[in-house]
Amino acid sequence: MATTAKENSKPAQDVLLRVEGLTKIYDGTVKAVDDVSLTVTKGEIFALLGGSGCGKSTLLRMLAGFEIPTKGKIFLANQDITNLPPYQRPINMMFQSYALFPHLSVWENVAFGLKRDGMPKDEIAARVEAMLSLAQLNKYAKRKPHQLSGGQQQRVALVRSLAKRPQLLLLDEPLGALDKKLRETTQLELVNIIEEVGVTCVLVTHDQEEAMTMASRIAVMSEGYFLQVGAPDAVYEMPNSRQVADFIGNVNIFDGVIEEDEADHVTVRCAECVHYVGHGVSGHSGMAVGVALRPEKIILSKEKPKGDYNWCAGEVIEIVYFGAHTTYHLKLDSGKVIKAQELNNTRDLSFGLTWGDRAYAQWNDLAMVVLTQ
Amino acid sequence: MAKNQGLLNKLLDGRNAVIGVPYFWFLLLAAIPLLIVLKISLSEMEGTQVSNMIDWREGWPKLTLNFSSYQFILTDSLYIKTYLSSIKYALITTLLCLVIGYPFAYFMARSPKHLQPMLLMLIMLPFWTSFLLRIYAWKTLLVSNGVINNILMSLHIIDAPLAMMNNSFSLLLGMVYSYLPFMILPLYANLSKLDLRYLEAAADLGTSPFKAFWLITVPLSKAGIIAGSMLVFIPAVGEYVIPELLGGSSTLMIGRVLWDEFFSNYDWPMASAVAVVMILLILLPMAVYNKSQAELSEGKS
Repeated sequence: MATTAKENSKPAQDVLLRVEGLTKIYDGTVKAVDDVSLTVTKGEIFALLGGSGCGKSTLLRMLAGFEIPTKGKIFLANQDITNLPPYQRPINMMFQSYALFPHLSVWENVAFGLKRDGMPKDEIAARVEAMLSLAQLNKYAKRKPHQLSGGQQQRVALVRSLAKRPQLLLLDEPLGALDKKLRETTQLELVNIIEEVGVTCVLVTHDQEEAMTMASRIAVMSEGYFLQVGAPDAVYEMPNSRQVADFIGNVNIFDGVIEEDEADHVTVRCAECVHYVGHGVSGHSGMAVGVALRPEKIILSKEKPKGDYNWCAGEVIEIVYFGAHTTYHLKLDSGKVIKAQELNNTRDLSFGLTWGDRAYAQWNDLAMVVLTQ
Repeated sequence: MAKNQGLLNKLLDGRNAVIGVPYFWFLLLAAIPLLIVLKISLSEMEGTQVSNMIDWREGWPKLTLNFSSYQFILTDSLYIKTYLSSIKYALITTLLCLVIGYPFAYFMARSPKHLQPMLLMLIMLPFWTSFLLRIYAWKTLLVSNGVINNILMSLHIIDAPLAMMNNSFSLLLGMVYSYLPFMILPLYANLSKLDLRYLEAAADLGTSPFKAFWLITVPLSKAGIIAGSMLVFIPAVGEYVIPELLGGSSTLMIGRVLWDEFFSNYDWPMASAVAVVMILLILLPMAVYNKSQAELSEGKS
């Protein structure tokens, strides 16, 4: 279920990174990372997604070797590297603020790691040139980091961490320092370079868009443990808990009770409406559940829909225009406020709805997810 | 509005006043005294008075420049020897201060944040006692029948007192002791600002902590090293009190020559010339260095 075409297209591959029961406790009490286990296969881009303080950075720093785990083991290509210092691990990291050495030129920054390995001079030169052309930075080789733009610095940081051909590349908020417009182009550049090199990545981010576009698998983290691990579309369309549904994107959650529980459908009675879900769920009638419904899956209209299921009525209390779409806040008769997102597919934006109008929200029977947790 | 502003108003304008203060300060306390010294060095003694550089004869000024003091400095080998010796002692002092001060500043910057103010206080603690008293105290420690020799002799570690006083050892000891804080403070200020992520990045790229120190920490603290070295080297070259009290007659320092010219020989032009040459000796290499650094940081390399 939790696989995508991206993963299926590749043959079964060996596990590169295996983490077992990794735990980090600060000051004896604060659990930053709580019994995390995960496996990453070769060539995968694995994203750790979560808000600040969820432990994703601590987990990444343990993989890099900057933090010593309180408990648990880290295996890289079946070798226990839990207690190796960072400078002996075949892992390189791209730092959040890039951490480019300010006293060295771009060329020297990229060559830094290679020189430490005692590689012959001509080989270093060849490798650095190759790396710089990969990032289209050849003409900036002699510049100091502070003479580059943010996007250029980011590419230097990336190729510096790739220069040693690490088995595993760690990316700490790789696009965090860039502005929104630059992010989109840089994101693609980054993925292209990573795929060209074919390196396995673990990526840390708080930005769900960044995680979804770059990663082949996402782990949603909270309070030190994984809430859900899966492909981006699986995590988005099939969240396994309220927390995940809430964290990834916008969501309306209706509280209700399962009425009919059949193999091919269930109905959930809520205060606002009755949901008819067009597939079976693992539950029983009478069970209290949440029904998660994404705003973009709701269709608004002024006319009352036919049928008894999957619609509700309310008053438009807020209209937020985003350009490509508009979000309407609908106050239902029960007092609950839901969000509905309408695509602005014509230039006539009025959509017939304005503040104070009574509107009907409807959705189809495969639009929602029944949350039993 | 701007039209109505008179010249006085312009001068008292907040922006100009703020910028003006340091200029005024520099003019009053650095430029004018230096020019006076320069003027005296180009005069000669007339009895107990320094000759006037400008005579007024029949309403016309007559400028007399007297270079005899400079000629004397260049021809008398004693002065050249003393200059070289001063620079040598100042360089050794700077180097020793750096060797002792760098680890000190490094561990201060790395120590827990709540301890740092206390450590900083300890560095500045000696300043609470008079400089002269502290130098004098060293004298009582170092002389032949001083505290150190007495202890070592009573413990039978040595038979005869060590000659620790009135030689280059006592001179350098006093200089390093006095100037060490001036090395540590700028180094500490610099090292405490070092971004530890650079060291993590170095470790990540396969650099052992020892190598990372030399490849990252030291180059990145260059500004602190230079600032500290300047703060030690410049006053050390012209130091008078320490050579006078601890150096004895064998250690040549230009500060003492200066003092002698002023207060023993009453030859003010000569003394001023000695001072001017000293300033040039220090300033010129500094200016050249500064210029090259400025060009380097602009990326003209």
